Amino acid sequence: MAEDTGTLGRSAPVFKASMQWRRLKSHFFVVLGLLSVLPGIVALLVLLVDVIVQGSGWLDWQFFTSFDSRFPERAGIKAALFGTLYMMVFTMLLAVPIGVMTAIYLEEYAGDNWFTQFIQVNIANLAGVPSIVYGLLGLQVFVRMMEMGRSVLAGSCTMALLILPIIIVASREAIRAVPPSMREASFALGASKWETVRHHVLPYALPGMLTGAILAAARAIGETAPLITIGALTFVPFLPEHPLDRFTVLPIQIFNWVSRAQSEFHHLAAAGIIVLLVVLIILNSVAIYLRQRLRTRY
Amino acid sequence: MIKVPFTKAKEEESTVEAVVREPVSTELPKDVPAEMPDPAVEVNNFSLWYGDFQAVTDVSIKFPRKKITAVIGPSGCGKSTLLRGINRMNELIGGVRTQGNVLLEGTDIYADTVDPVEVRRRVGMVFQKPNPFPRSIRDNILFGARVNGYQADEDELVEAALRGAALWDEVNHDLKQSGLALSGGQQQRLCIARAIAVSPEVLLMDEPCSALDPIATLKIEDLMRELAKDYTIIIVTHNMQQAARVSDFTAFMLSDDTARGKLIEFGPTTDLFTNPTDERTEAYITGRFG
Ligand SMILES: Nc1ncnc2c1ncn2[C@@H]1O[C@H](COP(=O)(O)OP(=O)(O)OP(=O)(O)O)[C@@H](O)[C@H]1O
Ligand SMILES: [Mg+2]
Repeated sequence: MAEDTGTLGRSAPVFKASMQWRRLKSHFFVVLGLLSVLPGIVALLVLLVDVIVQGSGWLDWQFFTSFDSRFPERAGIKAALFGTLYMMVFTMLLAVPIGVMTAIYLEEYAGDNWFTQFIQVNIANLAGVPSIVYGLLGLQVFVRMMEMGRSVLAGSCTMALLILPIIIVASREAIRAVPPSMREASFALGASKWETVRHHVLPYALPGMLTGAILAAARAIGETAPLITIGALTFVPFLPEHPLDRFTVLPIQIFNWVSRAQSEFHHLAAAGIIVLLVVLIILNSVAIYLRQRLRTRY
Repeated sequence: MIKVPFTKAKEEESTVEAVVREPVSTELPKDVPAEMPDPAVEVNNFSLWYGDFQAVTDVSIKFPRKKITAVIGPSGCGKSTLLRGINRMNELIGGVRTQGNVLLEGTDIYADTVDPVEVRRRVGMVFQKPNPFPRSIRDNILFGARVNGYQADEDELVEAALRGAALWDEVNHDLKQSGLALSGGQQQRLCIARAIAVSPEVLLMDEPCSALDPIATLKIEDLMRELAKDYTIIIVTHNMQQAARVSDFTAFMLSDDTARGKLIEFGPTTDLFTNPTDERTEAYITGRFG
């Protein structure tokens, strides 16, 4: 050891690596990084351009205000757009409170015992279950056993189950990010556990929880398989007015149009994809905005 | 031996004359002078374990009422742990076990009937790093009062607490600004204001100046002298000069091969610094170790 520190004092014959070679290595990895990013970006661009070229001409007022039709020039996305909105409202009303409360329980109240570990392992597993399995579960439990039929409500319940693990995991992370010093400050003033959670932990974690919830919503909006499994319709010439009404959603409508033979329907599908993408981009931007605000506020 | 009868909480005062009270510990430590004022906090044979790790070993100490007691000792000797044992903050960490008791005005705060939440209102704490809530100055002060059911005028309380912490003149123009917008020293005084707003009986301060510059430090020290008129203050510090400047009594703690977190010596600050009875105390305060 003593000899090692000794070399520090002398002027540097022990440092031999060539600066040029090191710089070259850095550049090499920059290029490699760029190359790895490219396929993703190029694929996305090609898709986008293709979709926009095909669909933008069909994006008019009539497209948003019409139901599906056998005649492409009269067909629109109204039922699917409203179906998606309708289903998502119920999905979030179900999933967010349950998910957030689960996260609060697991982070703040549950001890570290076999039961909580069992729950945690299960939540982690649920996050990895293929979405079609949720569809099968929804079909059996909500559609058949609970006799909701192939309704908006059945779809919402299924989707809520699907995104619950995402919301729980995100909410737990948001709660864990609350600085311990803030909890301590609260407890030291004679606040109870609940008062501390209510007044400090939750407000601090809220933006993070919201971000998680929005990303989960974005996931649910794009999901198709579980809804096809529970039997959401592909042709819906009406607006669902009751939670137990039948319905369709954007991805199913798109799927339906793509599978038609006439090429006009493929343009309609492209227009539908644009609508779906815009909805997703809006949701993701809100999530990013919230995360940014979380960083600057504290 | 103890001249002053044990003053308990006010409602029990009338019974003091009738009952011949037996103090919990009839013997004072030999290095404590007989004229020591009656204790507000009394720690008896207190030990604490983090899991299997014992951090405090058999500490007995009486913290005099409305005095400042400094707790000094090398890093890791269990000062913070002892301090957090006095408001039961250690329990927020899992796997903590204690032995012995801590009497606050004669009542064991570790008794089964005592709620730690109530203990923490009566024993306030100021932390090493200023930790105001990311809220307005006003809300910082009112939070503790509100959860503890404060009924009277809120504006009055805010002003009284801020004046008590010598912060009023600097912030009264804008009580809505965030507590985080203040300087470090101001933040620490806000934390003190927040602590005294719930009318505690004891104030625990764990290295309250270690994140502050010398001027802010002196301000806090002045403030502590002022607060000692109303509160019993226990302060952990690494700064010998600070302990000598600010405290009336000093406790020296140490960990060694035989046990961790022992109380080595306790007495009036002047005695302990000028004439320590234990050679380890002398070695520490003269800077020979720790
Ligand atoms: N949460 C904890 N879990 C386990 N061990 C802990 C924990 N907190 C403290 N300890 C241990 O207990 C011992 C005493 O720690 P403590 O923080 O009380 O020391 P300290 O005297 O305040 O030190 P410092 O002057 O550095 O603040 C240390 O050995 C520490 O490693
Ligand atoms: Mg400490």
